[in-house]
Amino acid sequence: MISGLFQYEFLQNAFLTGIIIGAIAPLLGVFVVVRRLSLIADALSHVTLAGIAFSLLLEKKLGVLSGLNPLYMGMGFSVAGALFIERLRSVYKHYQELAIPIILSGGIGLSAIFISIAHGFNTDLFSYLFGSVSAVTRTDLWIILGISLFVIVAIRLLFKELFLLSFDEEHAKASGVPAKFVHFIFIIMVALVIAASMRIVGILLVSSLMTLPVAASIRIAKGFKQTMIYSVIFGEAAVVGGLFLSYYLDWAPGGTIVLLSILILLLSILYKNIRLRIL
Amino acid sequence: MVNVIKMNHVSYKYEKQNVLEDITLEVPKGAFLAIVGPNGSGKSTMLKLLLGLLRVQQGSIELFGQDIRSFKHSEKIGFVSQKANSFNTGFPATVFEVVLSGLSRKIGLFRLASKEERQKVLNVLDSVGMLEFRNKNIGELSGGQQQRVFIARALVSEPELIILDEPTVGVDAKNVQQFYDMLEELNKELHITLVLVTHDIGVISDKITHVACLNKHLHFHGDSRAFNALNENELSSIYGHEVQILHHHH
Repeated sequence: MISGLFQYEFLQNAFLTGIIIGAIAPLLGVFVVVRRLSLIADALSHVTLAGIAFSLLLEKKLGVLSGLNPLYMGMGFSVAGALFIERLRSVYKHYQELAIPIILSGGIGLSAIFISIAHGFNTDLFSYLFGSVSAVTRTDLWIILGISLFVIVAIRLLFKELFLLSFDEEHAKASGVPAKFVHFIFIIMVALVIAASMRIVGILLVSSLMTLPVAASIRIAKGFKQTMIYSVIFGEAAVVGGLFLSYYLDWAPGGTIVLLSILILLLSILYKNIRLRIL
Repeated sequence: MVNVIKMNHVSYKYEKQNVLEDITLEVPKGAFLAIVGPNGSGKSTMLKLLLGLLRVQQGSIELFGQDIRSFKHSEKIGFVSQKANSFNTGFPATVFEVVLSGLSRKIGLFRLASKEERQKVLNVLDSVGMLEFRNKNIGELSGGQQQRVFIARALVSEPELIILDEPTVGVDAKNVQQFYDMLEELNKELHITLVLVTHDIGVISDKITHVACLNKHLHFHGDSRAFNALNENELSSIYGHEVQILHHHH
């Protein structure tokens, strides 16, 4: 693969995208997990699928949008879905988790309808569902790089506020944090990162990249900064390791990355248990 | 002298239910006010109004002589909430990080803490006796220790007023006394005005300077000596069935 990396543009694209995603998905994932919003990532990934299916449908039936990257429509749907979840969460104040199955099933329902109207697509939908190394184009790479820069700058600028809002929402509001604004930026970031990660790990597995490295890190890290650092290290290890393995074994990269993440998670639980027993 | 808090004929309704009716109250600088009252008497609503978490519907509130609607100095006010329901104990944050978050407002949007500000956090942790725990995760501490950390978080922005909502819920009896001794120090030595919602009126009666008994209406508001002199009939009328809980402490 190392020699392939120099030879083939598609491998470079996949690899660079993987490295970027391996960092920003867990980085944002830390906030998603501590705010107990893990399932939102799942709901939004399914809405992203609807966006991609819609884009492919328009291309096939009407010939419009041909050449336009389906990722754009996926991002648009994802952001719209995120805003809709927020709306639903405020409508069902006492049943906030209801927003997730509503949006999730809505996303799958729409995708199924778009796919059936199109009578299937030439593009391999399988690669969108489970991720693919060969599907990442140079344009994808640029879009994902742009999203990542936005996310990193936003987290850097709003770090204090995001931390306070996650730790103690009431206190954050009482101390004058513009909670609505910060939460809005946050949910937009989540929607964009999900759309960006989808190419490599696939729709069905996207949320794992935001949650599994964080779940492993939370077991052994001291404090919030360390949790973020370990999450990124674990995320990178899973993505880079997973891409190599999937290339050599010809497995779907999404599945390989997820299984590696789970392996890391199990190791961190084991490590913690052994340390507790020794001390 | 300027009043730190001045409530003028404040009423509040949730949907159609009156929670507070016609509350008028003044808290002078340096006071230690205890707000007591049965569950559902509107204590939390009153604190939320003071903290700006709820909007004033009727009447007016002044903080530091300024109308609350135009009040922009939330760093002057520290807040310590009921530990039990305010945070998730599995949260991966160190004691240092939690206290640093109390400076958010002072540091300002888009900025990170400077060296000086980090030093300030260490100083405050030292003053509440929690310096050695600075790198522990907040969830690893006992209830009493956590509450000290939250006091430190409130103190770090050098507030002139600290509002505490039943801070000793979930703190074991042995540490409750220590906790109130610490509050007394803040009040007497640093001259911080304290507003405390509590059920432990017996434990603190010698530390407080003012008492407000709340049950939708404000039943009594005066200095604490007058409160101690209140007779049983008056207390029964305020507390209803819960009067024996109060006497248990005396």
